[in-house]
Amino acid sequence: MKVTDNRLPAATFEELAVPLFDQLYNFARWLTQDTSEAEDLVQETYAKALRGFSSFQAGTNFRAWMYRILRNSFLSSRTGLKVTAVFDEEGAEGVPAAADATTPESLYIEQANRQIVQDALAELPVPFREILLLCEVEEMSYQEIAETLSIPTGTVMSRLSRARKALRAMLRQRLKGGRHGV
Amino acid sequence: MACDVWGGKLDAYLDGELDSAEAGELNKHLRGCGACAADALERVQVKRAVAASGKRYEPSAEFRARIIKSVAGELPTSQKRDLGHPSGRAWKWWVLAVPALSVLIVSLLVNFYVERGKARRQLVYSELVDLHVGTLASASPVDVVSTDRHTVKPWFQGRIPFAFNLPDLAGSEFTLLGGRVAYLGQAPGAQLIYQVRKHEISVFIFQDQGPGMGVPSTPLRALSFNVENWSQNGLRYFVVGDVNADDIQALSKLLRDAG
Repeated sequence: MKVTDNRLPAATFEELAVPLFDQLYNFARWLTQDTSEAEDLVQETYAKALRGFSSFQAGTNFRAWMYRILRNSFLSSRTGLKVTAVFDEEGAEGVPAAADATTPESLYIEQANRQIVQDALAELPVPFREILLLCEVEEMSYQEIAETLSIPTGTVMSRLSRARKALRAMLRQRLKGGRHGV
Repeated sequence: MACDVWGGKLDAYLDGELDSAEAGELNKHLRGCGACAADALERVQVKRAVAASGKRYEPSAEFRARIIKSVAGELPTSQKRDLGHPSGRAWKWWVLAVPALSVLIVSLLVNFYVERGKARRQLVYSELVDLHVGTLASASPVDVVSTDRHTVKPWFQGRIPFAFNLPDLAGSEFTLLGGRVAYLGQAPGAQLIYQVRKHEISVFIFQDQGPGMGVPSTPLRALSFNVENWSQNGLRYFVVGDVNADDIQALSKLLRDAG
């Protein structure tokens, strides 16, 4: 789902925003880990975006703008303040310090392991979880992620790298000894 | 460049964020380096796993209706309509992600993953390779068994919505084994099985429109299969087989000349 810039002058808020609904909800649900909080967050996002639409600049990235509103709303919510207050980016990647040697076979992930991946994602610190979702699920470019999270592209790269390392460490530990390894 | 330098760029490579020159270099390195290829495969697997697992939550119908109403209600000029679920993106590349067993396959897979621009073509090719392999694995690979093009061609009349010409194979190494109706993107077409030195080659012919047909006419090597395709007289031909590219080209030329 790409919103192309040349559509913007004629496009109404509804035309641009409604197609993002499912993705925004999924993202909100991942952030909040709660259905009703996710609904509140999405509703708030749409209300804020609608009010601010006149100030939205044609030619800039609408999707990133919507995600930024959603995320900022989340960060200022009670849950958001709680989960991000203690985050230490540098220290967080080490989450369970599993064996450092990369044994590729150990991470053979099948469909059946989806639950394990979902649990691991849910347990990752929010800054890691959100950047992985934006990159892998929303398939945003580094530039788009940078806009969404209001951070420089270099930080996108380093945070992504840390997030992946943390996730791999968690998966490796959880899949270890399981029959899913090749 | 050494592995540790490339290792730091693997993520950017897999995310499609390296420029093409660097991506090409890295791809070359992966083909020759088992350790880096294995590392790349692991990263691809985790990426795929997150992509799949991350699509987890669906809003309720009631909540969807509420949001759409609130958005439409605020802007009376815009038409209210049901946009429903967004159409699925090209997640079908999953089917390609077969467990890779060798460095070669790994690097092809990784390469595929990166070159998203080629995804569409790859998707069509992978479906055709699947069809080809599926047909050969079948107990009755062809529905019309004949080495005679004058038997095979009329058999398709009334079964597919177009006609085509088949080459005279006299003096060539190729033998016609038969044909069957195949479907690509829900459109019916002809699949002809040819043999050359005990290898089977599938020739697919579809009408050159409809889903999946906007593929550039360039040969491609897809997971140890050679694929050639071209468009001619409103028909799109695909030649798929595990033989070498020269055989594929030779058969393609015969078909081109006949069509």
